[in-house]
Amino acid sequence: MVGKDCVAIACDLRLGLQALTVSNNFPKIFQYGDNVFLGLTGLATDLSTVSDLFRYKVNMYRLREERNIAPKTFANLVSSSLYEKRFGPYFVSPVVAGLDPKTSKPFICGFDSIGCIDFAADFIVSGTATDQLYGMCESLWEPNLAPEDLFETISQALMSAVDRDALSGWGAHVYIIEKDKVTKRLLKGRQD
Amino acid sequence: MVKVGEGNSRAATFQPHLGRLSPIEIYHARLGRLGKAWQRDLSSLSSGWEVLLGITGRDFTLIAASKAAMRGATILKASDDKTRQLNKHTLMAFMGEAGDTVQFAEYIQANAQLYSMRNETDLSPSALAHFVRGELASSLRSRKPYNVNLLLGGVDPITHKPSLYWLDYLATLAPLPYAAHGYAQYYCLSILDKHHHPDISLGQGIKLLTLCIDELKRRLPVDFKGMVVKAVTKDGIVDIEFDDDKVVKSA
Repeated sequence: MVGKDCVAIACDLRLGLQALTVSNNFPKIFQYGDNVFLGLTGLATDLSTVSDLFRYKVNMYRLREERNIAPKTFANLVSSSLYEKRFGPYFVSPVVAGLDPKTSKPFICGFDSIGCIDFAADFIVSGTATDQLYGMCESLWEPNLAPEDLFETISQALMSAVDRDALSGWGAHVYIIEKDKVTKRLLKGRQD
Repeated sequence: MVKVGEGNSRAATFQPHLGRLSPIEIYHARLGRLGKAWQRDLSSLSSGWEVLLGITGRDFTLIAASKAAMRGATILKASDDKTRQLNKHTLMAFMGEAGDTVQFAEYIQANAQLYSMRNETDLSPSALAHFVRGELASSLRSRKPYNVNLLLGGVDPITHKPSLYWLDYLATLAPLPYAAHGYAQYYCLSILDKHHHPDISLGQGIKLLTLCIDELKRRLPVDFKGMVVKAVTKDGIVDIEFDDDKVVKSA
Protein backbone atom coordinates (compact mmCIF):
# COMPACT_ATOMS: atom_id res chain seq x y z
CA MET A 1 0.00 0.00 0.00
CA VAL A 2 1.32 3.47 -0.96
CA GLY A 3 1.33 6.49 1.37
CA LYS A 4 2.93 9.93 1.30
CA ASP A 5 6.70 9.32 1.03
CA CYS A 6 6.16 5.86 2.51
CA VAL A 7 4.93 2.39 1.64
CA ALA A 8 3.51 -0.43 3.73
CA ILE A 9 3.46 -4.19 3.24
CA ALA A 10 1.68 -6.71 5.46
CA CYS A 11 1.02 -10.45 5.65
CA ASP A 12 -0.84 -12.94 7.81
CA LEU A 13 1.01 -15.72 9.68
CA ARG A 14 -0.96 -18.88 8.96
CA LEU A 15 0.49 -22.02 7.37
CA GLY A 16 -2.12 -24.64 6.60
CA LEU A 17 -2.88 -27.79 4.65
CA GLN A 18 -6.37 -27.03 3.34
CA ALA A 19 -8.45 -26.67 6.53
CA LEU A 20 -5.76 -27.92 8.93
CA THR A 21 -3.56 -25.24 10.47
CA VAL A 22 0.02 -26.48 10.76
CA SER A 23 1.68 -23.28 12.02
CA ASN A 24 0.56 -19.87 13.24
CA ASN A 25 3.99 -18.29 12.93
CA PHE A 26 4.88 -18.48 9.24
CA PRO A 27 5.83 -14.99 7.95
CA LYS A 28 5.47 -14.33 4.23
CA ILE A 29 7.42 -11.06 3.91
CA PHE A 30 11.14 -11.04 3.13
CA GLN A 31 13.57 -8.11 3.11
CA TYR A 32 16.18 -7.69 0.38
CA GLY A 33 18.26 -4.63 1.23
CA ASP A 34 17.43 -1.47 3.16
CA ASN A 35 14.03 -0.74 1.67
CA VAL A 36 13.10 -3.53 -0.72
CA PHE A 37 10.48 -6.00 0.47
CA LEU A 38 8.93 -9.06 -1.10
CA GLY A 39 5.64 -10.62 -0.01
CA LEU A 40 4.77 -14.13 -1.21
CA THR A 41 1.54 -16.14 -1.20
CA GLY A 42 0.74 -19.53 -2.68
CA LEU A 43 2.26 -22.98 -2.25
CA ALA A 44 4.33 -22.96 0.98
CA THR A 45 7.23 -24.99 -0.39
CA ASP A 46 7.59 -22.53 -3.26
CA LEU A 47 7.55 -19.59 -0.81
CA SER A 48 10.71 -21.01 0.73
CA THR A 49 12.26 -21.94 -2.61
CA VAL A 50 11.53 -18.56 -4.19
CA SER A 51 12.53 -16.47 -1.16
CA ASP A 52 15.83 -18.40 -0.87
CA LEU A 53 16.44 -18.01 -4.61
CA PHE A 54 16.02 -14.24 -4.43
CA ARG A 55 18.23 -14.00 -1.35
CA TYR A 56 20.95 -15.69 -3.41
CA LYS A 57 20.33 -13.53 -6.49
CA VAL A 58 20.21 -10.26 -4.53
CA ASN A 59 23.39 -11.13 -2.62
CA MET A 60 25.16 -11.86 -5.90
CA TYR A 61 23.84 -8.57 -7.32
CA ARG A 62 25.15 -6.66 -4.30
CA LEU A 63 28.61 -8.21 -4.62
CA ARG A 64 28.75 -7.56 -8.36
CA GLU A 65 27.42 -3.99 -8.32
CA GLU A 66 28.69 -2.95 -4.87
CA ARG A 67 25.35 -1.36 -4.04
CA ASN A 68 21.89 -2.42 -2.93
CA ILE A 69 19.26 -3.40 -5.45
CA ALA A 70 16.52 -0.85 -6.24
CA PRO A 71 12.86 -1.91 -5.99
CA LYS A 72 12.28 -1.44 -9.74
CA THR A 73 15.33 -3.53 -10.62
CA PHE A 74 14.24 -6.15 -8.11
CA ALA A 75 10.74 -6.24 -9.62
CA ASN A 76 12.24 -6.96 -13.04
CA LEU A 77 14.46 -9.64 -11.50
CA VAL A 78 11.38 -11.28 -9.95
CA SER A 79 9.53 -11.09 -13.25
CA SER A 80 12.27 -12.65 -15.35
CA SER A 81 13.06 -15.31 -12.74
CA LEU A 82 9.41 -16.39 -12.64
CA TYR A 83 9.10 -16.40 -16.44
CA GLU A 84 12.13 -18.69 -16.65
CA LYS A 85 9.78 -21.32 -15.24
CA ARG A 86 7.00 -20.50 -17.74
CA PHE A 87 5.96 -24.11 -18.37
CA GLY A 88 6.37 -25.37 -14.82
CA PRO A 89 5.89 -22.33 -12.65
CA TYR A 90 6.47 -21.69 -8.97
CA PHE A 91 2.97 -21.50 -7.51
CA VAL A 92 3.38 -18.07 -5.92
CA SER A 93 1.93 -14.62 -6.49
CA PRO A 94 4.53 -12.14 -5.22
CA VAL A 95 4.17 -8.51 -4.19
CA VAL A 96 7.10 -6.07 -4.16
CA ALA A 97 7.12 -2.89 -2.06
CA GLY A 98 9.91 -0.37 -1.52
CA LEU A 99 11.25 3.15 -1.85
CA ASP A 100 13.47 4.19 -4.73
CA PRO A 101 16.99 4.68 -3.27
CA LYS A 102 17.58 7.92 -5.24
CA THR A 103 14.22 9.70 -5.36
CA SER A 104 12.62 8.03 -2.29
CA LYS A 105 9.47 7.61 -4.33
CA PRO A 106 7.18 4.78 -3.23
CA PHE A 107 7.08 1.75 -5.48
CA ILE A 108 4.73 -1.22 -5.34
CA CYS A 109 3.83 -3.96 -7.81
CA GLY A 110 2.40 -7.46 -7.98
CA PHE A 111 2.97 -10.46 -10.23
CA ASP A 112 1.17 -13.57 -11.40
CA SER A 113 2.91 -16.92 -11.05
CA ILE A 114 4.68 -16.59 -14.41
CA GLY A 115 6.02 -13.09 -13.81
CA CYS A 116 3.57 -10.69 -15.46
CA ILE A 117 4.06 -7.39 -13.57
CA ASP A 118 1.06 -5.44 -12.32
CA PHE A 119 2.14 -1.87 -11.44
CA ALA A 120 -0.14 0.09 -9.15
CA ALA A 121 -0.26 3.58 -7.66
CA ASP A 122 -2.48 2.64 -4.71
CA PHE A 123 -2.39 -0.95 -3.47
CA ILE A 124 -1.65 -4.56 -4.48
CA VAL A 125 -3.26 -7.62 -2.92
CA SER A 126 -2.51 -11.33 -3.19
CA GLY A 127 -3.48 -14.67 -1.66
CA THR A 128 -6.58 -16.60 -0.64
CA ALA A 129 -8.28 -13.46 0.78
CA THR A 130 -7.74 -11.48 -2.44
CA ASP A 131 -11.44 -10.68 -2.95
CA GLN A 132 -11.91 -9.51 0.63
CA LEU A 133 -8.68 -7.46 0.48
CA TYR A 134 -9.78 -5.67 -2.70
CA GLY A 135 -13.02 -4.69 -1.00
CA MET A 136 -11.32 -3.44 2.16
CA CYS A 137 -8.53 -1.56 0.37
CA GLU A 138 -10.96 -0.02 -2.12
CA SER A 139 -13.00 1.45 0.75
CA LEU A 140 -10.27 2.37 3.28
CA TRP A 141 -7.35 3.58 1.16
CA GLU A 142 -6.95 7.24 0.23
CA PRO A 143 -4.07 9.13 -1.40
CA ASN A 144 -1.19 10.73 0.60
CA LEU A 145 -1.58 8.87 3.88
CA ALA A 146 1.04 9.72 6.52
CA PRO A 147 3.02 6.75 7.91
CA GLU A 148 0.86 6.37 11.05
CA ASP A 149 -2.36 6.61 9.06
CA LEU A 150 -1.01 4.20 6.49
CA PHE A 151 -0.24 1.70 9.27
CA GLU A 152 -3.80 2.00 10.57
CA THR A 153 -5.28 1.64 7.08
CA ILE A 154 -3.26 -1.39 5.98
CA SER A 155 -3.76 -3.12 9.35
CA GLN A 156 -7.52 -2.63 9.42
CA ALA A 157 -7.80 -3.71 5.78
CA LEU A 158 -5.76 -6.87 6.37
CA MET A 159 -7.40 -7.85 9.67
CA SER A 160 -10.95 -7.33 8.40
CA ALA A 161 -10.19 -9.23 5.18
CA VAL A 162 -8.60 -12.28 6.82
CA ASP A 163 -11.40 -12.53 9.38
CA ARG A 164 -13.76 -13.19 6.45
CA ASP A 165 -11.42 -15.84 5.00
CA ALA A 166 -11.21 -19.27 6.61
CA LEU A 167 -7.78 -20.00 5.12
CA SER A 168 -5.83 -17.01 6.44
CA GLY A 169 -5.31 -15.04 9.64
CA TRP A 170 -3.70 -16.07 12.98
CA GLY A 171 -1.88 -12.76 13.43
CA ALA A 172 -0.03 -10.47 11.04
CA HIS A 173 3.25 -8.71 10.33
CA VAL A 174 3.09 -5.08 9.16
CA TYR A 175 6.08 -3.16 7.75
CA ILE A 176 5.99 0.62 7.34
CA ILE A 177 8.86 1.75 5.10
CA GLU A 178 9.97 5.40 5.28
CA LYS A 179 13.04 7.15 3.84
CA ASP A 180 15.46 6.15 6.58
CA LYS A 181 13.26 4.14 8.91
CA VAL A 182 11.53 0.78 8.70
CA THR A 183 9.00 -0.11 11.39
CA LYS A 184 7.91 -3.71 11.80
CA ARG A 185 4.91 -4.46 13.95
CA LEU A 186 3.33 -7.75 15.01
CA LEU A 187 -0.46 -7.77 15.14
CA LYS A 188 -1.88 -10.51 17.32
CA GLY A 189 -5.27 -10.71 15.61
CA ARG A 190 -7.89 -13.36 16.20
CA GLN A 191 -6.42 -16.72 17.20
CA ASP A 192 -9.34 -18.93 16.13
CA MET B 1 -17.89 -31.16 -22.37
CA VAL B 2 -14.97 -30.99 -19.97
CA LYS B 3 -15.99 -30.14 -16.44
CA VAL B 4 -13.88 -28.52 -13.80
CA GLY B 5 -11.79 -31.16 -12.07
CA GLU B 6 -11.65 -33.66 -14.93
CA GLY B 7 -10.28 -33.90 -18.45
CA ASN B 8 -7.10 -32.19 -19.54
CA SER B 9 -6.24 -30.16 -16.49
CA ARG B 10 -2.82 -29.40 -18.00
CA ALA B 11 -4.57 -26.69 -20.05
CA ALA B 12 -5.15 -24.77 -16.83
CA THR B 13 -1.40 -24.42 -16.36
CA PHE B 14 -0.89 -22.96 -19.78
CA GLN B 15 -3.64 -20.36 -19.73
CA PRO B 16 -1.86 -17.03 -20.09
CA HIS B 17 -4.29 -15.27 -17.73
CA LEU B 18 -3.42 -17.57 -14.80
CA GLY B 19 -3.28 -14.38 -12.74
CA ARG B 20 -3.81 -14.55 -8.98
CA LEU B 21 -3.83 -18.18 -7.88
CA SER B 22 -7.04 -19.36 -6.30
CA PRO B 23 -6.87 -22.69 -4.44
CA ILE B 24 -8.68 -24.36 -7.35
CA GLU B 25 -6.19 -22.98 -9.85
CA ILE B 26 -3.32 -24.19 -7.69
CA TYR B 27 -4.97 -27.59 -7.59
CA HIS B 28 -5.28 -27.71 -11.38
CA ALA B 29 -1.83 -26.40 -11.94
CA ARG B 30 -0.50 -29.04 -9.57
CA LEU B 31 -2.18 -31.83 -11.50
CA GLY B 32 -0.85 -30.49 -14.77
CA ARG B 33 2.70 -30.03 -13.64
CA LEU B 34 3.43 -32.88 -11.33
CA GLY B 35 0.95 -35.59 -12.27
CA LYS B 36 -0.44 -37.80 -9.58
CA ALA B 37 2.09 -36.88 -6.92
CA TRP B 38 -0.13 -33.98 -5.83
CA GLN B 39 -3.30 -36.01 -5.65
CA ARG B 40 -2.09 -38.26 -2.85
CA ASP B 41 -4.60 -38.41 -0.11
CA LEU B 42 -4.10 -40.02 3.25
CA SER B 43 -6.92 -42.58 3.06
CA SER B 44 -5.64 -44.28 -0.12
CA LEU B 45 -2.14 -44.59 1.27
CA SER B 46 -1.12 -47.10 3.92
CA SER B 47 1.46 -44.55 5.12
CA GLY B 48 -1.43 -42.33 6.21
CA TRP B 49 -1.84 -44.67 9.16
CA GLU B 50 1.69 -44.19 10.41
CA VAL B 51 2.19 -41.87 13.36
CA LEU B 52 4.93 -39.31 13.91
CA LEU B 53 4.87 -36.98 16.90
CA GLY B 54 7.28 -34.35 18.15
CA ILE B 55 7.24 -32.14 21.24
CA THR B 56 9.77 -29.56 22.40
CA GLY B 57 10.19 -28.45 26.00
CA ARG B 58 12.57 -26.44 28.17
CA ASP B 59 15.75 -28.38 27.35
CA PHE B 60 14.73 -31.32 25.16
CA THR B 61 12.91 -32.43 22.02
CA LEU B 62 10.84 -35.59 22.13
CA ILE B 63 10.31 -37.62 18.96
CA ALA B 64 7.90 -40.55 18.76
CA ALA B 65 7.14 -42.84 15.81
CA SER B 66 4.76 -45.78 15.46
CA LYS B 67 6.32 -49.26 15.43
CA ALA B 68 4.17 -50.92 12.76
CA ALA B 69 5.63 -51.45 9.28
CA MET B 70 2.60 -51.79 7.04
CA ARG B 71 2.11 -52.96 3.48
CA GLY B 72 -1.45 -52.70 2.26
CA ALA B 73 -3.65 -54.33 4.88
CA THR B 74 -0.78 -56.35 6.38
CA ILE B 75 1.49 -55.51 9.29
CA LEU B 76 4.91 -56.85 8.28
CA LYS B 77 6.74 -55.87 11.45
CA ALA B 78 5.71 -54.64 14.88
CA SER B 79 9.08 -53.30 16.05
CA ASP B 80 10.07 -50.93 13.23
CA ASP B 81 12.21 -47.93 14.14
CA LYS B 82 11.29 -45.03 11.85
CA THR B 83 14.04 -42.75 13.13
CA ARG B 84 17.67 -42.09 12.16
CA GLN B 85 20.28 -40.22 14.15
CA LEU B 86 21.92 -37.54 11.99
CA ASN B 87 24.55 -36.43 14.50
CA LYS B 88 25.07 -36.28 18.25
CA HIS B 89 22.13 -33.95 18.87
CA THR B 90 19.82 -34.25 15.87
CA LEU B 91 17.25 -36.96 15.24
CA MET B 92 15.02 -37.42 12.21
CA ALA B 93 11.77 -39.42 12.11
CA PHE B 94 10.18 -40.32 8.77
CA MET B 95 7.06 -41.83 7.22
CA GLY B 96 5.73 -42.23 3.71
CA GLU B 97 6.09 -44.54 0.74
CA ALA B 98 7.92 -47.76 1.56
CA GLY B 99 11.39 -47.69 0.06
CA ASP B 100 11.52 -43.92 -0.34
CA THR B 101 11.56 -43.38 3.41
CA VAL B 102 14.63 -45.34 4.47
CA GLN B 103 16.48 -44.52 1.22
CA PHE B 104 16.00 -40.79 1.73
CA ALA B 105 16.62 -40.83 5.50
CA GLU B 106 19.88 -42.76 5.17
CA TYR B 107 21.03 -40.51 2.33
CA ILE B 108 20.53 -37.52 4.63
CA GLN B 109 22.15 -39.37 7.52
CA ALA B 110 25.21 -40.22 5.41
CA ASN B 111 25.61 -36.62 4.28
CA ALA B 112 25.24 -35.28 7.82
CA GLN B 113 27.91 -37.69 9.01
CA LEU B 114 30.18 -36.87 6.08
CA TYR B 115 29.93 -33.19 7.00
CA SER B 116 30.78 -33.95 10.64
CA MET B 117 33.86 -35.98 9.61
CA ARG B 118 35.15 -33.43 7.09
CA ASN B 119 34.70 -30.36 9.25
CA GLU B 120 35.05 -31.80 12.74
CA THR B 121 31.88 -29.90 13.61
CA ASP B 122 28.27 -31.01 13.51
CA LEU B 123 25.68 -29.13 11.50
CA SER B 124 23.12 -27.44 13.74
CA PRO B 125 19.53 -28.73 13.68
CA SER B 126 18.46 -25.62 11.76
CA ALA B 127 21.19 -26.08 9.15
CA LEU B 128 20.26 -29.73 8.74
CA ALA B 129 16.57 -28.88 8.39
CA HIS B 130 17.35 -26.46 5.57
CA PHE B 131 19.66 -29.00 3.93
CA VAL B 132 16.91 -31.64 4.04
CA ARG B 133 14.42 -29.14 2.63
CA GLY B 134 16.73 -28.36 -0.26
CA GLU B 135 17.11 -32.04 -1.10
CA LEU B 136 13.36 -32.67 -0.88
CA ALA B 137 12.54 -29.55 -2.90
CA SER B 138 14.82 -30.53 -5.78
CA SER B 139 13.39 -34.05 -5.64
CA LEU B 140 9.84 -32.62 -5.81
CA ARG B 141 10.38 -31.26 -9.32
CA SER B 142 12.24 -34.32 -10.57
CA ARG B 143 10.82 -37.24 -12.57
CA LYS B 144 10.16 -39.37 -9.49
CA PRO B 145 9.86 -37.32 -6.28
CA TYR B 146 10.46 -38.85 -2.85
CA ASN B 147 7.20 -39.30 -0.98
CA VAL B 148 8.48 -38.77 2.55
CA ASN B 149 7.19 -36.76 5.49
CA LEU B 150 9.67 -35.90 8.22
CA LEU B 151 10.11 -34.52 11.69
CA LEU B 152 13.54 -33.26 12.63
CA GLY B 153 14.25 -32.72 16.30
CA GLY B 154 17.38 -31.39 17.88
CA VAL B 155 19.09 -29.39 20.57
CA ASP B 156 21.54 -26.71 19.45
CA PRO B 157 25.04 -27.80 20.55
CA ILE B 158 26.02 -24.25 21.54
CA THR B 159 22.92 -22.49 22.80
CA HIS B 160 21.25 -25.72 24.07
CA LYS B 161 17.98 -24.44 22.58
CA PRO B 162 15.64 -27.28 21.59
CA SER B 163 14.04 -27.17 18.16
CA LEU B 164 11.61 -29.16 16.05
CA TYR B 165 11.13 -28.94 12.28
CA TRP B 166 8.11 -30.21 10.38
CA LEU B 167 8.70 -31.17 6.75
CA ASP B 168 6.22 -32.71 4.33
CA TYR B 169 6.76 -34.39 0.95
CA LEU B 170 6.29 -31.05 -0.82
CA ALA B 171 9.34 -29.79 1.11
CA THR B 172 7.28 -27.40 3.20
CA LEU B 173 9.45 -26.49 6.18
CA ALA B 174 7.97 -25.17 9.41
CA PRO B 175 9.74 -24.75 12.75
CA LEU B 176 7.19 -25.62 15.43
CA PRO B 177 6.93 -26.12 19.20
CA TYR B 178 5.04 -29.42 18.62
CA ALA B 179 4.12 -31.30 15.47
CA ALA B 180 2.56 -34.44 14.01
CA HIS B 181 2.22 -36.16 10.64
CA GLY B 182 -0.55 -38.22 9.09
CA TYR B 183 -3.94 -38.76 10.71
CA ALA B 184 -2.28 -38.20 14.09
CA GLN B 185 -2.38 -34.48 13.30
CA TYR B 186 -6.17 -34.41 13.54
CA TYR B 187 -6.17 -36.00 17.00
CA CYS B 188 -2.98 -34.71 18.60
CA LEU B 189 -2.63 -31.07 17.55
CA SER B 190 -5.75 -30.02 19.43
CA ILE B 191 -4.57 -31.84 22.57
CA LEU B 192 -1.16 -30.18 22.29
CA ASP B 193 -2.76 -26.77 21.59
CA LYS B 194 -4.49 -27.09 24.95
CA HIS B 195 -1.76 -28.63 27.09
CA HIS B 196 1.63 -27.68 25.63
CA HIS B 197 3.86 -25.05 27.17
CA PRO B 198 7.39 -24.20 25.94
CA ASP B 199 8.80 -24.49 29.47
CA ILE B 200 7.78 -28.09 30.30
CA SER B 201 10.23 -30.60 31.76
CA LEU B 202 11.06 -33.96 30.14
CA GLY B 203 8.74 -35.73 32.57
CA GLN B 204 5.86 -33.45 31.69
CA GLY B 205 6.71 -33.88 28.00
CA ILE B 206 6.43 -37.65 28.27
CA LYS B 207 3.11 -37.26 30.12
CA LEU B 208 1.84 -35.05 27.30
CA LEU B 209 3.03 -37.58 24.73
CA THR B 210 1.18 -40.34 26.62
CA LEU B 211 -1.96 -38.22 26.53
CA CYS B 212 -1.65 -37.97 22.72
CA ILE B 213 -0.86 -41.65 22.18
CA ASP B 214 -3.76 -42.73 24.41
CA GLU B 215 -6.08 -40.67 22.23
CA LEU B 216 -4.64 -42.27 19.09
CA LYS B 217 -5.16 -45.76 20.56
CA ARG B 218 -8.71 -44.76 21.40
CA ARG B 219 -9.67 -43.19 18.08
CA LEU B 220 -7.46 -44.53 15.26
CA PRO B 221 -9.12 -47.51 13.55
CA VAL B 222 -5.83 -49.41 13.13
CA ASP B 223 -3.38 -50.81 15.65
CA PHE B 224 -0.09 -49.01 15.08
CA LYS B 225 1.75 -51.39 17.47
CA GLY B 226 2.94 -48.79 19.95
CA MET B 227 5.61 -46.13 19.69
CA VAL B 228 9.36 -45.76 19.63
CA VAL B 229 10.11 -42.74 21.82
CA LYS B 230 13.42 -40.89 21.86
CA ALA B 231 14.49 -37.69 23.56
CA VAL B 232 17.15 -35.30 22.26
CA THR B 233 18.92 -33.44 25.05
CA LYS B 234 22.18 -31.48 25.26
CA ASP B 235 23.92 -34.73 26.25
CA GLY B 236 22.74 -36.60 23.16
CA ILE B 237 19.89 -38.86 22.19
CA VAL B 238 18.33 -41.20 24.75
CA ASP B 239 15.79 -43.98 24.22
CA ILE B 240 12.75 -43.55 26.43
CA GLU B 241 11.08 -46.68 27.78
CA PHE B 242 7.46 -46.45 26.77
CA ASP B 243 4.69 -48.76 27.90
CA ASP B 244 3.00 -49.95 24.70
CA ASP B 245 0.87 -52.62 26.34
CA LYS B 246 -1.27 -50.16 28.26
CA VAL B 247 -4.89 -50.74 27.33
CA VAL B 248 -6.90 -47.59 26.73
CA LYS B 249 -10.64 -47.79 27.30
CA SER B 250 -12.65 -46.62 24.32
CA ALA B 251 -14.80 -43.54 24.80
